[in-house]
Amino acid sequence: MKPKNLISTILITSALLFGTASTASAVDLEFYFPVAVGGKAADTIQALTDEYVAANSGVNIDAVYAGSYKETVTKALTAARGGKPPQLSVILSVDMFTLIDEDVIIPFDDLMQSDEDKAWVEGFYPAFMENSQTGGKTYGIPFQRSTPVLYWNKEAFAEVGLDPNTPPTTWEETIEFGKKLVKKDADGNVTRWGVRIPSSGFPYWLFQGLSTQNDVILANSDGNQTNFDDPKVVEALEYLVDLSGKHGVMAPGIIEWGATPKAFFEGQTAMMWTSTGNLTNVRNNAPFDFGVGLLPANKRRGAPTGGGNFFIFREASDEQKQAAFDFVKWITAPKQSAKWTIATGYVAPRAETWETTEMQAYTADFPPALVARDQLEFAVAELSTYENQRVTAIFNDALAAAITGTKTPADALSEAQKKADVILKDYR
Amino acid sequence: MQTNITRPKWHHPGRRLMPDFDTVLNTFAMWVLAFLWALPLLYAIWTAFHPAAYETRFVLTAPLTLDNFVKAWEAAPFARYFFNTVILVTLILICQFILCTLAAFAFARFKFPGSSILFTLVLLQLLVMPDILIVENYKTIRALGLVDTIVAIGLPYIASGFGIFLLRQTFMTIPKELDEAARVEGASFLSLLWNVYIPLAKPTYLAYGLVSVSHHWNNFLWPLIITNSVETRPVTVGLSVFSAIDAGLEWSVINAATLMTSGPLLIAFLLFQRQFVQSFMRAGIR
Amino acid sequence: MLHRREWVYGWLFLSPALLFLFAFTHYPALNTIISSFFSTPKGRRPAKFIGPENYQTLLQDEVFWKVLENNFWFAVGTIPISVALALAMALWVNSQLKGKTMARVAYFAPTVLPLIAVANIWLFFYTPGFGLIDQLRSGLFGLPAINLLGNPDTVLGAMIVVAIWKEAGFFMIFYLAALQSIPPVLKEAADIEGAGNFYYLRKVVIPLLMPTTLFVSVNAVINSFRLVDHIFVMTEGGPDNASSLLLFYIYETAFQYWQTGYAATLTVVMLLLLSVLAIGQFFLFDRKIHYR
Repeated sequence: MKPKNLISTILITSALLFGTASTASAVDLEFYFPVAVGGKAADTIQALTDEYVAANSGVNIDAVYAGSYKETVTKALTAARGGKPPQLSVILSVDMFTLIDEDVIIPFDDLMQSDEDKAWVEGFYPAFMENSQTGGKTYGIPFQRSTPVLYWNKEAFAEVGLDPNTPPTTWEETIEFGKKLVKKDADGNVTRWGVRIPSSGFPYWLFQGLSTQNDVILANSDGNQTNFDDPKVVEALEYLVDLSGKHGVMAPGIIEWGATPKAFFEGQTAMMWTSTGNLTNVRNNAPFDFGVGLLPANKRRGAPTGGGNFFIFREASDEQKQAAFDFVKWITAPKQSAKWTIATGYVAPRAETWETTEMQAYTADFPPALVARDQLEFAVAELSTYENQRVTAIFNDALAAAITGTKTPADALSEAQKKADVILKDYR
Repeated sequence: MQTNITRPKWHHPGRRLMPDFDTVLNTFAMWVLAFLWALPLLYAIWTAFHPAAYETRFVLTAPLTLDNFVKAWEAAPFARYFFNTVILVTLILICQFILCTLAAFAFARFKFPGSSILFTLVLLQLLVMPDILIVENYKTIRALGLVDTIVAIGLPYIASGFGIFLLRQTFMTIPKELDEAARVEGASFLSLLWNVYIPLAKPTYLAYGLVSVSHHWNNFLWPLIITNSVETRPVTVGLSVFSAIDAGLEWSVINAATLMTSGPLLIAFLLFQRQFVQSFMRAGIR
Repeated sequence: MLHRREWVYGWLFLSPALLFLFAFTHYPALNTIISSFFSTPKGRRPAKFIGPENYQTLLQDEVFWKVLENNFWFAVGTIPISVALALAMALWVNSQLKGKTMARVAYFAPTVLPLIAVANIWLFFYTPGFGLIDQLRSGLFGLPAINLLGNPDTVLGAMIVVAIWKEAGFFMIFYLAALQSIPPVLKEAADIEGAGNFYYLRKVVIPLLMPTTLFVSVNAVINSFRLVDHIFVMTEGGPDNASSLLLFYIYETAFQYWQTGYAATLTVVMLLLLSVLAIGQFFLFDRKIHYR
């Protein structure tokens, strides 16, 4: 009996000690963040975190750079399964359903007490909130968000007699301009393509630009029903395939995402579709005058949104959750958000940020930064469902099969729809 | 017959004067292959020391720069990653040496029931390596509470079937008379191992060390899964960040980072290559 | 008495290694087999016994069959070529040819360059249009751009080349050591007999190298299942799984799709395949090896 007593006494005293210690001193937060653009992003997050901690003596934040988006969600989920998740993490907005399914995150509604907080949520662009809310609750807060835009080489446009300041605005114009822009050498080999829509790794994202322009949504907002075999989706995929095949304005086969900016700089393509996250890169490295515009329209204008949201994890204590929420509010506030956007090129997710003097000065100096914001009006949620990575992989495979010509768009998409149905039927 | 016997005597000098077709062909093939094999490294050096605009243009007038190294250095804490990798590789190597030596000695010198079954179980690991048991090993490490530690990256590898096998083979070639003599003098098994077996097996240790270091220096998948933070991540996982970015690939920076982190090992091999090959020869890995 | 002591010492010396071997090889291998009969735990739902359901899924999983086929071709493509090249490299580097030291360094360089990083360089070589291969093709021969990674017919071949490049120099070291231990007397004897270089190689060197060939090819077989780092960087298994390999698929299933039960099933298949191959190899080579 005695040794047991001793142990429990020690346990109780230490619990008391630690208990009082933690209330007296700071709330500790672990915060995972991914980096998907060059070097500055990590430094900026670290600097902002330090600034917050300096101003709030009650909170300690350990900002953990967790790798790419994929690595971050993997790490957060494995840590959560091991019972030691971070309290706060930036994760791809599309992983929301997976995180809900794994029961590791809580809605922000649980933390929002005042009307002020509710009004604050309303302040984000609706296009970004589509991927952050489901079942009437808000699970994610937009932070490092992007959208694909069209970049074009003004010198190439001028060279073939096109107005260097007017990008194509429709699908037909893309083909028409593209045909003019294709350049061949003496051997008849193409040395410059008209347009480049990369399709490696995650082809669904840019394809979603096309499908949205064709006025169709790929998945419902409950994340349990996809529309992969909708005739409008098939039509959009046929258009993409025809750009290389029938019209010959784009290189055939799968086009590498990572090499796309370089191909643009090298004059291998006169136009490219890629993320706004590339703005700074293109601005620094393009050896020619370039333009940035909205993606062209077909039935309507359209583009997906992309990038990461803040999520708060269930495992955290109440103080930690409150502190995490407070930090999220702070870092998305105009002043901090402006710093972040200017440093990285991500789209500031709240209208008020664009009104700040810093952002005004930035956009006056570099107007292309405004394009992404203007496109938000037409943007939709990035494809996201339950079992998101699996369903997206099925869709990616179907797109790749059609692009490489191993299946027709209609066949590839109807097979993908069947496979997705099998997975998603459990969630209906 | 007579001519055949005399031929070697003047054959070799003769070959020196007029290289035959065979030699020319072989030299040419050797050089072509060497060039192809060195190409990625040459390209890495080219891009790392030139501005990004020359990543795809190979002109001799391209300006030299060290900016890429600065950028890579700023993009990720490579000093820390490098340090982690060195710690990891050293830790694994030391543990492997200790565990494998003891086990190999037991297999080589002791007779005990079950030893042949156990040896088969050890050989099984040559096949069923930890690399393919990532899912289960993750669960084990989690249960031990060691996720995101350098120790966790090493643990699954420290008992190496390959190492035990190799050292056992070497130990078996050591004449038994040697240890009988030592035992008569009253030496313990441990001192026997330390004073007789280990010194005689030095080449094997060097050769096995090379295999182990190059494997763990390159290992990616398991560290990717088991590490979360800058404090534990090895170089390979740190480097992978460059290939998963929104903003497209910057070869000049990636390659500068690659050179920074692989340089030391490459130079070490350059300096010690003769010893490595000789140790392999003497280790009887053939 | 002495026997009893040997017993105790034997077990004592073995136990640390055995402990770790069991903990990280045998126990997880057994557990993998058990897990393959359970469903994947999710959120608040624990894993439950589902019998052979995962195996039924496996049989109907097109991606699995595709990946298995890829892995077969990947093995067929990498093993013989990397072993043959390793032997050629070792023979050259071991000869009196000019520049053999430089060649040795060049052959060995891939061993110390992490594949995960060099894969980016290969990505550049393969990039259509301005990549190295295309620059040479159009510059020297006026050929059109070729999209090696973006075409399901060529992508696996491109991956095989990278793997061979990575492996051959490492295997060369083993052959080199073996070659240097062949007594020079044999070459002299062959010369005396008037045997040509090729005859000597075929009848003397290669048979003597058989144990090395066995060792190297077992390693090559294992590597053909293990080497997937470049796939992460270059293709992520695409297009449409044309370059996905078994271990990469296991990673995706376990750590991206979070289907740990099914990932265990896939791992069991891999374990079976490796066992069959290794046993087969030992039998195949056993008859041809001259043990010392």
